[in-house]
Amino acid sequence: MTERTNQMITARGLTKTFRSKGQVVEAVRAVDLDVADGELVAFLGPNGAGKSTTLRMLTTLLAPTSGEATVAGCDIRHDPAGVRRRIGYVGQGSSGGHTQRVRDELHAQGAFYGLGRRETRARAAELIESLELGQVASRQVQSLSGGQKRRLDIALGLIHRPELLFLDEPSTGLDPHSRANLWEHIVDLRRSTGTTIFLTTHYLDEADQLAERVMVMDHGAVIADDTAWSLKESLAGDRVTLAFESETDAAAAAARIGGSVDGAVVTLTAPGGDRALPRWIRELADAGLDVVAATHRQPTLDDVFLALTGRSLREEAASPEPAATPEPAAA
Amino acid sequence: MNTISPAATQAAAIERPAASARPTGFVRDTATVFARESRPLVRDPFSVVFSLVQPLVFLGLFGPLLVGAAGGDVAATLQWFVPGILVMVALFGTASTGANLLFEMQTGSHERTLVAPLSRSALLVGRALKEVVPLVIQGTIVVLVAVPFGFRLDVPGLVVGLAVLAVFGIGFGALSYTLALACRNRDWMFWMVHQTLLFPLMILSGMLLPLEDGPDWMKVAAAVNPLSYLVAAERALLAGDLGSPAVIGGAIAAIATCAVGVFVGVRAMRRAS
Repeated sequence: MTERTNQMITARGLTKTFRSKGQVVEAVRAVDLDVADGELVAFLGPNGAGKSTTLRMLTTLLAPTSGEATVAGCDIRHDPAGVRRRIGYVGQGSSGGHTQRVRDELHAQGAFYGLGRRETRARAAELIESLELGQVASRQVQSLSGGQKRRLDIALGLIHRPELLFLDEPSTGLDPHSRANLWEHIVDLRRSTGTTIFLTTHYLDEADQLAERVMVMDHGAVIADDTAWSLKESLAGDRVTLAFESETDAAAAAARIGGSVDGAVVTLTAPGGDRALPRWIRELADAGLDVVAATHRQPTLDDVFLALTGRSLREEAASPEPAATPEPAAA
Repeated sequence: MNTISPAATQAAAIERPAASARPTGFVRDTATVFARESRPLVRDPFSVVFSLVQPLVFLGLFGPLLVGAAGGDVAATLQWFVPGILVMVALFGTASTGANLLFEMQTGSHERTLVAPLSRSALLVGRALKEVVPLVIQGTIVVLVAVPFGFRLDVPGLVVGLAVLAVFGIGFGALSYTLALACRNRDWMFWMVHQTLLFPLMILSGMLLPLEDGPDWMKVAAAVNPLSYLVAAERALLAGDLGSPAVIGGAIAAIATCAVGVFVGVRAMRRAS
């Protein structure tokens, strides 16, 4: 019976610098983290932000250049084996050995974590059922579809009932149906067992829908840390557009209520935009400026990211930065 | 900016089953790694036979040419040639196992074994030990194939011979894994080194053709090649001459390869993580 630690992850000043071709790259810069037992946290950021590197340090796959961290009650530097016993990890790649059979891999994984034979078999059967791998349990991993492989990865990460599960870009490369299916499993896991979940992603909708708490990372530092809702509320606000009959009308309207003008359209960003909209329309009508069409959009995490960094996360995803996290030499 | 989610307090009320991972030692870890590596072999035994193609090709196509060149005595030629083929089985069989690790490193399952609380040394030793079983099976098959053609089989000699080869195979397999770890980002280099080293090692061991008639520099090269001692030992053992000094030489070569291979391999595995 492991002791319930209140704080599942505590990191102070976690830093990782790589030396690549004579250049020094600061992949992670003095990151402080606090994650409590039972939270579902998403680490959101563009490619190269340092999310995976941070995750790999927390899971003891990578030694930090400096800084401390305690994961599941164990220090990552002094008791990595303790950390490994208590956490589950679903990496970016496919965890299953290609020529191994699904059930065999689960049994081997149980043995890796020191589970007894009978317990391993029972646990494997349980996971095969709950992750819908029953049809492929006797097949080789290489014959599985992307979604099935991912579910196997999760099963492998959960075989020992960890208190804390790390997921690194869990739905990258999956089609929308498999993605939605995966999220269902993650949410269900959280609901039924209270496992703390820490995932990295560069997908906005994933962070938005899944996580209760979002940490935004960019260029190696955590630049925001709050619930998705609060972030959107405090940093961005709703986006409202008002279209007018003429450019002069639009300019006059903007002079009255603010916002930016583009042709005959005025764009405003304000918290509570859904309430402000009817008010503005009335106000402008009173001043003789008729709003011809109006749109209202709830803010997205992309708006948050844009407000924080001046860059769009969606555009970053379309054209990824050159690798800011080079492969470390045998470190 | 930290907000503790209200769901966290709710989650604390959920009855969570106890986490069950338990500490394991080096021996147990080695056994589980060995079991996992061996499982595809057990599931698909045909793969063991498939990698016999090269040695059997040499036996079937090179053998008759050797017989002709040597003067026509099939039995005597085989007696000289087959032990070399056994060493070939060990050499080529174990040299490619690193490729499996390379593939695992690229796809992500190696990383998964690193996150597990497994001893790093066990990750290497367990894999290297797995080489023994296919090696012994393949060696036995090669010898049995040669018997109908006049090869005289000495069973105790074969047993000791396979044991020596097994020890060598563990070491050479470990070296193959070390190479894979070193080439993790450049897998073409693995095959380049593989190709560059294996054939000279093979030819300079007297496996295919006797070196006694070769130039002096080749004899010198053979003297520092552990494989030539192995080949000489196998020839003596399979002929039933268990007390021959050549056997000592081969045993030393095998043990040295094993020791060096495992030492270097464990160090590389620890360093790479």
